[in-house]
Amino acid sequence: MSSPLLLCVRRSQPSDAEGASTLVTLRLPSDIGCIEEAVELVVRHCLAGHQATRKTRFRLQVVLSEAISNAIVRGNQEDRAKWVDVRAELLADIIRVYVSDEGPGFDPGAVPDPVHPTQLDEAGGRGLYLIRKLVDLVQFNEQGNTICMTLRRP
Amino acid sequence: MGFSQSKDASGVTVVQCEGQLIVGNRQELKDLVQAAVDQGERRILIDFSRTGYIDSSGLGALVSISKRIREAGGELRLAGLNEDLRSLFELTKLDTLFTIAETPQQALAGF
Repeated sequence: MSSPLLLCVRRSQPSDAEGASTLVTLRLPSDIGCIEEAVELVVRHCLAGHQATRKTRFRLQVVLSEAISNAIVRGNQEDRAKWVDVRAELLADIIRVYVSDEGPGFDPGAVPDPVHPTQLDEAGGRGLYLIRKLVDLVQFNEQGNTICMTLRRP
Repeated sequence: MGFSQSKDASGVTVVQCEGQLIVGNRQELKDLVQAAVDQGERRILIDFSRTGYIDSSGLGALVSISKRIREAGGELRLAGLNEDLRSLFELTKLDTLFTIAETPQQALAGF
């Protein structure tokens, strides 16, 4: 059976102000069974040609896995008619990854702090926290259904 | 990838997690441990020596499992986490919630 993931990698000459050289886009259905393959593909293309440390690879794996999982489970409610789009912009010094779903969005400011003593025993709510801890900058679009994660290359 | 269950010489239930503990298989682990608790097992060790990745859903599943075992009067221990996985427990402060040993042998000592 062929993979339902749609991958596109476009390499260009450094032309804009940030010297963008590679754009990786991936579209996947809202199927949690696709997360592992999607993460592996995007991480591989994000780090191709770079001397990435094990720590950088792990950070990227974690934040992609959490963002895609949130998009599928919370954003798209595992509705297989809806898609998740990943767009990674690979610049000289940074990796910027957008993950978008087709859900109504959410208020990231309303997510409880999972390390607060009253929350520590709760089963959920650690995904966004881990993302915030492991990347240099986290931003959302106004609707709250696209997350932008920026990692500086070490 | 999956979970296997055995019992050590002192009667501790040892669950081996192979591959990943993620949103796609966390329920399998929860069901396996719940079945062990239902059968009267009270000392349970989850061995992550062969685990490459745990996502936040997997961490949440471990919190739920720990609660169930505690409510039944038992104890859960974790062992074998690699450096990267250990860092996830530290970031989320879950290292304060679980008894974590470096190796299964250390976890079983005095269990």
